[in-house]
Amino acid sequence: MAAHTIENISLSSLLESVKRMKEQGFRLIQMSCTHKDTFILDYTFGKELDLFDLKIILQALIEVPSITSIFPAAFIYENEIHDLFGIPITKISIDYSGNLFKTSIKTPFGDQTAVSTNTPEK
Amino acid sequence: MAERTIIPFGPQHPVLPEPIHLDLVLEDEKVIEAIPSIGFIHRGLEKLVEKRDFLQYTYVAERICGICSFMHGLGYCQGIETLMNIEIPERALFLRTIWSEMSRIHSHLLWLGLTADAFGFESLFMQTWKIRETMLDIMEETSGGRVIMGSCTIGGVRKDIDRETLHRIVNQLADLEKQIHEITSVFEKDYTVQQRLVGLGTLTREDAYDLGAVGPMAKASGICLDMRQLGYAAYSRLDFTPIVASAGDSYARTLVRMQEIYQSIDLIRQCEAKMPLGPILTKVTGNPTGEYFMRVEQPRGEVIYYIKGNGTKFLDRVRIRTPTFANLPSLLKILQGCELADVPVLILTIDPCISCTER
Repeated sequence: MAAHTIENISLSSLLESVKRMKEQGFRLIQMSCTHKDTFILDYTFGKELDLFDLKIILQALIEVPSITSIFPAAFIYENEIHDLFGIPITKISIDYSGNLFKTSIKTPFGDQTAVSTNTPEK
Repeated sequence: MAERTIIPFGPQHPVLPEPIHLDLVLEDEKVIEAIPSIGFIHRGLEKLVEKRDFLQYTYVAERICGICSFMHGLGYCQGIETLMNIEIPERALFLRTIWSEMSRIHSHLLWLGLTADAFGFESLFMQTWKIRETMLDIMEETSGGRVIMGSCTIGGVRKDIDRETLHRIVNQLADLEKQIHEITSVFEKDYTVQQRLVGLGTLTREDAYDLGAVGPMAKASGICLDMRQLGYAAYSRLDFTPIVASAGDSYARTLVRMQEIYQSIDLIRQCEAKMPLGPILTKVTGNPTGEYFMRVEQPRGEVIYYIKGNGTKFLDRVRIRTPTFANLPSLLKILQGCELADVPVLILTIDPCISCTER
């Protein structure tokens, strides 16, 4: 039976926690965001069949440091979260600056009132 | 110093059935860097969870992709069933496994044909797709749909396959196996195929692991990781070992997919032998609550369904991490240093599904 652990962490301890995952031999298998009243970021790691999830709750759209210096493949997930939710992620190794997903509505999954560039294009 | 040129590749290209764009930075004919753009057909299906209740969303999940449609429905249904503690009838678990493996066979045959087409082996492409047609006929006979089977639902499956029909299908698969052997022997031994695939786009085990590669892309680089080992559906009752290769090149990825076709046929045979009689559907009451990561092994690799319920009929979140999305960093890695002429074949060796990526 595969183990599945969820750990709530603070934004300030993100890089330290991700480094710990790397040192323990985990690989990054996905990053996701859930937006309701808050933004919840999930960093999911895997080792063999086990899962380990780091969860961060953001009360507002604040800057999140990129983890691409530790897991280079995170750039694709970080750009996705930036483009769909509008979360500013800093120092992504390959930063598309909002151009990875060519959606007609800016940050379609994010807070439509909080972002100034979210007017649907005609 | 060689002159640098940027060649736009896609979104429309003969090897791309679906749109993806790559800016290829070249020095002479050599690719130095590839920069992808996606999102041309982004449908926002994850967002649709706000407008469709969790039962209706099964139909949406099945329509994420036309190739692994059944397994998208399966991943979603299993996630919901786990949240709701629904026990699925044993027979339904085996039926789900049978349809999953049928999907894998048809998907891998589709890929083999497209790859043959990409390196200009037209007769091999046609032969492969001719065989695939039989698989689609079997899928239509058992589920009513050639592409969207629509047979998986929360609580079990909608359709049954009677014993006689399944026995006939297993016999039909034995014939199909012989036909597949004829084409796979060409892929294995033909000089032209080897010239186009051996040593091309090598992804080391370390790179595959660090870049989060999944499915045949990871297995061909020596990573023994197959979500069927989790034992979902009826896989815990079946005997199988993940197919793994070590070379990490395009040829190894081809060999892994070919061996998986034979493995899928064997798994269907095992299902026929072990499938019990009984009901195929459990009544579902209540609404899902809590969160769960459901993982399923699709033909392209591990798909992750993150589902978060709040006790109402509308879910808070469905997030689908598709295998092609996970394999994009690996694709960019193997494109570095390749020749321009090899780019179409390399893109195909990850078996890209843009429909999944643009869910």
